[in-house]
Amino acid sequence: MMRPGFADPVQDAQSCFRAVLEALSRPGRVQTLASGLTPPAPLHPATAAVLLTLADAETPLHHDAGAEADAWLRFHCGCPMTAAGSAAFVLAVTPPPALATLQAGTDEEPERGATLVIQVEALEAGSGWRLRGPGIEAEHRLAVRGLPDGFLADRAARRGLFPRGVDVILCAGDRIAALPRTTLIEEG
Amino acid sequence: MAYVAVKGGERAIGNAHAWLAETRRGDAAVSELEVAQIGQQLGLAVDRVMTEGSCHDRDLAALAIKQSKGDLIEAAFLLRAYRTTLPRFGYAEPLDTAAMLIRRRVSATYKDLPGGQVLGPTFDYTHRLLDFALAAAGEPPAPAPEVEAEAEDAVAPRVTELLSREGLMRREEDAAQEPADLTRQPLSFPAARSTRLQNLARGDEGFLLGLGYSTQRGYGNSHPFVGEIRQGSVTVCLTPPELGFEIEIGEIEVTECQMVNQFHGSRSEPPQFTRGYGLVLGHGERKAMSMALVDRALMAGELGEDRTAPAQDEEFVLLHSDNVEATGFVEHLKLPHYVDFQSELEVVRLMRATVASQAEPEQVEP
Amino acid sequence: MNRDEAYNFAYLDENTKRMIRRALLKAVAIPGHQVPFGAREMPLPYGWGTGGIQVTAAVLGAGDVLKVIDQGADDTTNAVSIRRFFNRVAGVETTTHTGDATIIQTRHRIPEAALTEAQILVYQVPMPEPLFRLEPRLAETKRMHALADYGLMHVKLYEDIARHGHIATSYSYPVMVDGRYLMSPSPIPAFDNPKMDRMPALQLFGAGREKRIYAVPPYTEVRSLDFEDHPFRPHRANASCELCGSRSSYLDEVVTDDRGGRMFVCSDTDYCETRQEDQQTENAKGEAA
Repeated sequence: MMRPGFADPVQDAQSCFRAVLEALSRPGRVQTLASGLTPPAPLHPATAAVLLTLADAETPLHHDAGAEADAWLRFHCGCPMTAAGSAAFVLAVTPPPALATLQAGTDEEPERGATLVIQVEALEAGSGWRLRGPGIEAEHRLAVRGLPDGFLADRAARRGLFPRGVDVILCAGDRIAALPRTTLIEEG
Repeated sequence: MAYVAVKGGERAIGNAHAWLAETRRGDAAVSELEVAQIGQQLGLAVDRVMTEGSCHDRDLAALAIKQSKGDLIEAAFLLRAYRTTLPRFGYAEPLDTAAMLIRRRVSATYKDLPGGQVLGPTFDYTHRLLDFALAAAGEPPAPAPEVEAEAEDAVAPRVTELLSREGLMRREEDAAQEPADLTRQPLSFPAARSTRLQNLARGDEGFLLGLGYSTQRGYGNSHPFVGEIRQGSVTVCLTPPELGFEIEIGEIEVTECQMVNQFHGSRSEPPQFTRGYGLVLGHGERKAMSMALVDRALMAGELGEDRTAPAQDEEFVLLHSDNVEATGFVEHLKLPHYVDFQSELEVVRLMRATVASQAEPEQVEP
Repeated sequence: MNRDEAYNFAYLDENTKRMIRRALLKAVAIPGHQVPFGAREMPLPYGWGTGGIQVTAAVLGAGDVLKVIDQGADDTTNAVSIRRFFNRVAGVETTTHTGDATIIQTRHRIPEAALTEAQILVYQVPMPEPLFRLEPRLAETKRMHALADYGLMHVKLYEDIARHGHIATSYSYPVMVDGRYLMSPSPIPAFDNPKMDRMPALQLFGAGREKRIYAVPPYTEVRSLDFEDHPFRPHRANASCELCGSRSSYLDEVVTDDRGGRMFVCSDTDYCETRQEDQQTENAKGEAA
C-alpha cells in the first residue's frame, strides 16, 4: 500500500518550505520539520518532506533510494526521473555523486545549478564545521555525521566556479540544514 | 498648526468602488445591457478580448466587457486573471486551418484559385456612412442570401501550400519540440518562433498595427502580399494521455492571415518567398494581418537580413507588445511616488545650490 | 477575518507556489542574482506590486502576521488594497506595527525600526535590472552580470560627479551584493540603502511584470556604489518631523499652502505614531510624578 503524503498539502508544504528557506538563508542552522510524514525506507521524514515541498512535474529528479522510495516519489511528486547530470534535484541516501557530475548552471543562468539533497545520519548545531558567508552573522557551527570524507574538499575545489554551483540540503530524521554554494566551510 | 497624517485609504477605496458600480450601470431608466447582447451584437469586441485575453470563452469575454464598461484592455485583463486560476487538463493538438469551414477567404495574390474567393461578412466595401436606421432600433435585417453557401463544401487549399508545391515558398521546419508557454515560463532571448507567435497573438492590436504599418513605410525591408486571409470554424482536438487517441472537444472561429514576402536569398538559401503568419480567435482581420507583418519582420535574424527597424527588433517588440503589462506599468505612475520625489527634490535643491555657489564669484567680474 | 474559500490559500495554486519557492531558494543561494520565474497574471495590475504579492503568497503561512506599506505608510491606497487582498485570500492576521509583523511587504521604503531575524522583508520591484537606463537590452545586461562587468554603471556615476559635483541618483541607488552582483534595491530612497547592509532579516524582491525574483540573505554585505573621493552620502530633508520631532527618520514634505508654506513629517507612519505614543506616556508619567 502506498504511504500517504502531506496530511494538509497546502499548510504542510508551506511550513516545510519556510523551514527550507530559513535553512538556506542561515546556512548551518538546524531546522526541524514537523511534516507528519512516514515515508517508505530508506527515506527519513525530513528528506521526504523537502522533496514533497519542492519537486514536481517540472523538476527532473535523480535518486539512489531504491524501488519503494521511487514509487512513492513518483506518486506524490509526479517528477520525471533522470540521470544525475540532468537533474534539478538529486537525492543521495548513499554517498553522493561527485559535484562535478551535477548541473552547475551557467554564468548567465547560475540558478540552473542543481539542488543536492543528502540524507545523513545526524545533524547538530553548535560544534563541528565552522561556516561563514551570506546568511551568517559571524560564524555558524554544524556537526554532520554520515558524509563521505571527500565531500568538503570536493565542495571547496568548486568554489571558484561561483556563481555556478550546487546547493546542498542535508537531512537527518526530522531535521535539515543547508549549505548554499556561497557558504565557506572549515573543519572544526 | 495641528497636522494629522492623512488617513482613510480604506474608506476611500470602498467609496470609489461604490461609485464605479453606479457609473457602470449608468442611467437606471435605460434598460440594463445583457451579456448575451454583447456576445451577439458586439462580437468583434468579444473576439478581441478573447484573443488578447488568451481565453476562448465568448460568455466570459462578454461579461468582462460589461464589467469593464467597454474598456477592452481592462476586459482582457479580467479574462486573463480568471484564466490563470484555471486547472490545465491538457494541451490541444495544432489546429488544422486547411480543413477550416470557411466563411470568408480572400487572396490578393491570385485572381482565382481552388476553393474560390469568398467575401464573407466584411466591412471592406461598406461606405462608412452612419446608419441612422440603427439608432432607431428597428426590425432585424433581412436574412442574407445564401449564394456563397456552396463554398462551405469546397476544398480550399492554402495559398502558401500552392507555392510550396512549386518550391517557391520557404519550408518551415518543425522544431520537433513542445512549444513553450509564455503564461507559465518567462520570455528569454533569442525567442523561438512559436514563442514569438504566442506573444504576438496575445499582443495589443494597436501596437502591432503601428509596427506592421511601419514595415510598409520602409522601416524594415518588407514587400508583403496577402497570400490569403481565411476566417471560419476549425475543430479543436485533444489527446488525453489516459485515452492515447485524439478526440474532438469543440469548434472555434479563427482568422488566419498568411503574408507572402519576397526573399532575395542568402548564402545557404535560394531566392524564394517567405511567409509571415497571423492567427487570432474569432474575427480579427486587422490584428491577424498586423501580426503576420510583424512576424515576418522578426524573422530578419534567422534569414540573415539586416536588423535595423523597430519591428525587426525582437526584444523591443516582444517586451512591449503586451497591453496588460504595458497598461499596468504606465498607469502605475499614478500611484504615490512621493518618497522618491522627495529624494529628487533634495538632490535638485543641492545641485541648484552648487550651481549658484559656483556662479557667484563670476558675477564679480564684469 | 475569514478567508474566501473560493480560492486556494493565498490565491496561487500549489504548482505555482512551488515554482516560486524554487526560484526563491536559488535567489537566496546566489545573493543579488535575478532569477527568472513564470510570473502569473494576478488580479491586480502589473506594476502595482504583483511581484511582491506573488513572493508573499508563496511564503505566507496561516501563522504569519502581515504588514503592507507603500511610501512607508500602512494607509496609502495601494497598501490598503494589497492588505485587503491577503486578508481575503489568506485570512492572515495583519498589523501596522513593524515589530509585530513576521512578513512586511513594502513599496519604496524600508521601515525605520531595525528588523529582526524573525522577519522577512518583501520588496515590490518595478524594474529589477539596475543597468536598464544604461542598457535596455536584457540579453546584453545578462551578459554583463555573468561577467560582473559593471564598468558602465561606474562611468555613469562618475559622469554625474563630473557634471554636478556629486552623484545625482537619489533613489533606486545601485548596490553591490556580497561583492559580486550589482543589484537594484528597488526605488527606495538612497537614505534607506544602508539599512540593507547586513540586515538580520531576510530580504526578498519580486518583479512580476519583468518576471524576476532576487534576494539578499541575512547579514550579507550590501554596499552602495561610490568612489573613494566621493563616498556614498544618503540624503534626507534637513528638518525634524512636525509630529514626533524625529531628526533621524526619512521625511515627507507636505505643502501646506500656495505661498511656499511646507512642513515635514515622518514617511514611516508606524515609527512616527509609536514615537508620539511613547512621548505621551512619558508626559503622562511626568505629570503623575
